[in-house]
Amino acid sequence: MSDRDKIDAGKMDVAYVARLARLHLSEDEITTLQSQLDQIIGYVKKIDQLDLSGIEPTSHAWPVQNIFRKDDVMPGIDHESIMTNAPSQISGQFCVPRIIE
Amino acid sequence: MKKYLTAIGLEAHVQLKTRSKMFCGCSTEYGAEPNTHVCPVCLGYPGVLPVMNEEAIRLTVITGLMIGCQISRYSKFDRKSYFYPDMPKNYQISQYDKPLCAGGSIVINVDGVEKTVDITRIHLEEDVGKNMDFRDASGIDFNRAGIPLMEIVSEPVLTSPEEAYSYLQALKLILLYAGVSNCNLEDGNVRCDVNCSVRPTGQLELGTKTEIKNLNTFKGVLNALKYETNRQIDVVESGGKIQMETRRWDVDAGVTTAMRSKEEAHDYRYFPEPDLMPVAIAEKSIQKWKDELPESPLCRHKRFVADYHIPEYDAGVLVADRLVADFFDAAANVSSNPKAVSNWVMTEVMRLISEKKVCISDACVTPQALAELIELVDKGIINMPAAREVFEIMFRKGGDPKRIVDEKGISQVNDMEVIKRFIEQAIAENPESVSDYHSGKKAAAKFIIGQVMRLSKGKANPLIVTELLEKQLAGRN
Amino acid sequence: MQMDVKGITIRQALNFLEQGKCSSKELVAELIRVIGECDGDIGAYLAVDEEYALDQAVLADTIREQGGKGKLLGVPIAIKDILNIRGQPCTCASRILDGYISPYDATVIALLRKEGAVFLGRTNMDEFAMGGSTENSAYKITRNPHDLDCVPGGSSGGSAAAVAAGEAVAALGSDTGGSIRQPAAFCGCVGVKPSYGRVSRYGLVAFASSLDQIGPITKDVYDAALMLEVMSGHDNKDSTSVDMPVPDYNVLLKKDLKGMKLGLPREYFVDGMDGDVRDNVLLAVEQCRSLGAEIIDTSLPHTEYAIATYYIIATAEASANLARFDGVRYGRRAENVENVLELYGKTRAQGFGPEVKRRIILGTYVLSGGYYEAYYQCGQKARTLIRGDFERVFQQCDALLTPTTPTAAFGLGEKTKDPLKMYLGDIFTATANLAGICGISVPCGVTKKGLPVGLQVLGPPFKEEDILRVAYAYEQSVK
Repeated sequence: MSDRDKIDAGKMDVAYVARLARLHLSEDEITTLQSQLDQIIGYVKKIDQLDLSGIEPTSHAWPVQNIFRKDDVMPGIDHESIMTNAPSQISGQFCVPRIIE
Repeated sequence: MKKYLTAIGLEAHVQLKTRSKMFCGCSTEYGAEPNTHVCPVCLGYPGVLPVMNEEAIRLTVITGLMIGCQISRYSKFDRKSYFYPDMPKNYQISQYDKPLCAGGSIVINVDGVEKTVDITRIHLEEDVGKNMDFRDASGIDFNRAGIPLMEIVSEPVLTSPEEAYSYLQALKLILLYAGVSNCNLEDGNVRCDVNCSVRPTGQLELGTKTEIKNLNTFKGVLNALKYETNRQIDVVESGGKIQMETRRWDVDAGVTTAMRSKEEAHDYRYFPEPDLMPVAIAEKSIQKWKDELPESPLCRHKRFVADYHIPEYDAGVLVADRLVADFFDAAANVSSNPKAVSNWVMTEVMRLISEKKVCISDACVTPQALAELIELVDKGIINMPAAREVFEIMFRKGGDPKRIVDEKGISQVNDMEVIKRFIEQAIAENPESVSDYHSGKKAAAKFIIGQVMRLSKGKANPLIVTELLEKQLAGRN
Repeated sequence: MQMDVKGITIRQALNFLEQGKCSSKELVAELIRVIGECDGDIGAYLAVDEEYALDQAVLADTIREQGGKGKLLGVPIAIKDILNIRGQPCTCASRILDGYISPYDATVIALLRKEGAVFLGRTNMDEFAMGGSTENSAYKITRNPHDLDCVPGGSSGGSAAAVAAGEAVAALGSDTGGSIRQPAAFCGCVGVKPSYGRVSRYGLVAFASSLDQIGPITKDVYDAALMLEVMSGHDNKDSTSVDMPVPDYNVLLKKDLKGMKLGLPREYFVDGMDGDVRDNVLLAVEQCRSLGAEIIDTSLPHTEYAIATYYIIATAEASANLARFDGVRYGRRAENVENVLELYGKTRAQGFGPEVKRRIILGTYVLSGGYYEAYYQCGQKARTLIRGDFERVFQQCDALLTPTTPTAAFGLGEKTKDPLKMYLGDIFTATANLAGICGISVPCGVTKKGLPVGLQVLGPPFKEEDILRVAYAYEQSVK
């Protein structure tokens, strides 16, 4: 299916996209969102009407280049104040459920 | 002919030698307490913004120049989205379609055969944090998060695990020569993802590939690939199909296993990083860096062989360590006997640096001093054992070889009359050895020579001793 | 102390403070009293840290006593709860940032602090700045001080309501698609969306990185100019902040518009817009003509694609920007999670409200495999066309006059069930963010129901002095 076909088919799989976005949605939420988003996508497809051939995309409203910093070490923040924000910690590290690869 | 062909491609993630991280001022120093080299930026706090480290860009471009890449006139950063606890923003700032460098190649040498390995691209990205397993939880340390990583991607043109290994060694050497990375494998400075596939000989199209992620030693790459290519051949032989999948290398078991198939689909959703501006490196800067580029290991190898007439083998050993090669180069350049310099460097110099666990640059001996020492030997002023003694002194304390020889009084005795007297004394003291010699045990002469050397306190010229002793013994017969 | 603290402007407050008619501490204490009295009805603030505010005021008073100076020395300012203030919470009106204490100052906060401003409290907003009514706050709703049954607009609704109700002398807001200008219009305040790159975004919790700007919400144009001057300028912590000199905006304010060419883009005066809004804006246009401006009929032909373009780009960027809220390093974490996947899924499901979820899903979708080219890349190209429209008209005119919003403030709950209808309300404001130009909303009359109407003045990038001048001349002439 070409991109254009997909955009025409146009129905978003909300449950799939929610998994990509790491949002555990309830069935009710998915149903509501599905109808709202179908409507919104329907509207957004308006840009299909534009002839965009040969148009450069805009990523930045004010284009400048080569914005760098020098390779200088700056003090970070103290361990205490970052760990106070941690919802859970273990041995000075941020604690999460055991990661299984 | 082999029944199957193998195609291997490598992605090497190389930690660049910068003082601060890619997008913030946190230190890149290795080995700090967990979460002490962090700030709101590299922890992905709400509201923070990245700012590019100029040096990371420069080091990447220098690497590109070293291996003959095209340096992009327009390059940009993109966000690569995926959720993982070691990833502070749950997107990684990387480069998608406009990497800093493209093309280029690296020459490798396997069993004396040279091969050119094409490079696809080099791009720059930020490293992630590190997780550590506890009993029923994992802990995340973000000290490493945000350290600049250069990803060097090769074409899938390597045809054996040995080639892949050789490629990594050649690459490492180039990076060390370029001074862009410490390439410290123990500190995780170089980590590889490899992909490989097998196909029946004669088939042009590559087979289905698998990827093995996160290999942090070159031996690991070699062994994992050996295992994986054999595994794939076994699968194909038994009529199976290779699954396109990501596998991990289990060092202890010596096998690759499929990573727990991702419960969630992978979709990186790349899009241009709106918080960073594009990079367009000026032609002037590129030219300047080009002019300052160090000689590549390959050029140096060739030059050593051509200019100093040393064997390929020697050149290989010498070039493998940039500082050693620098030392050799400087000494050979002022010596009339470069092969002797090579021998000295490969034996005495390397022995002492490994024994004393120092860099050649930390030793006190200068290349000029080594060249002079070799001259003393070549002129017969000192013998080898004495020369080794002098060298060790120079290695530790420096100094001029001639002066050390004078001070120690260890210059060689070449005076035939003096040597004759030592020989006579030795013969007188060892009649049994003499009769052994005459009864056909020619090895007995070696013992007598040893005795002569002892009597001369090691200073007698061994060549003269041997010659005179033989005459003397023959005369007595 | 004889002063009308509710109506006090920054200029007046500075006069009082300079003349010793009151101290900053008294001013802050008086405002805290007003907040106590009014905020139960209005709900403009999420939190007022009295002790923190009073400490800063005392410090400002001490500095003043010792002869110290500051462009905002001792002036209490309300801060939208999307800006990081060291040692203070910053919730973005979201549950997911419950418990987060910021370890750093946003650059604008640091700049205001340097000039002696006092941070009075953190104002309510639509969660993560997503919305146009402040009804998307996870904590409370905010009411329009002009009509408590109406919304204050959004997303900076708390800031606009606080200023309009006299609960703050001025406030900071952020504007991604109209989030300063629209609530300013609804609440009868002045609100400025600076050109992209004029004000550092460092410390502003990102919604859509390529569109976000921080700006002031004030009681008059003079105050807005003063605030903007303090906030503007290059910041090496924000690669997108532009290194351009900051003019002395207040000096450039004039009472007439002689020699100025002002455009009226016909796409901003459409059928179906509120008649009262149109009439008031057209009256304001006539007023500008009488002040010496030449009024030119112009066109921005791609305006009708702005909302579609805006919602593609803004949600795409937001979906990545909000990925960091995962309960690992800060903020709220879901309880009883078995594995990492659940940690993310539940934390985010519980932490984000419906509008944020909606936009994350939309943004994730437009970036996902196979759709990127069709949506996101087309959106970026459409953005080029919209930007081009403005470049063309700004060759003919110095600034544009438009309504800020198609309607005045609407009723609470009126649009919550229909997100698309809510999105379409951004039609006159979102274009400025897409094009990176500057805009200001200045009050221009009221509807028959007595609700404020906003006149929007749009200007070329980094020509804030021009839009301030137009807004000021108009405001002064109708005072």
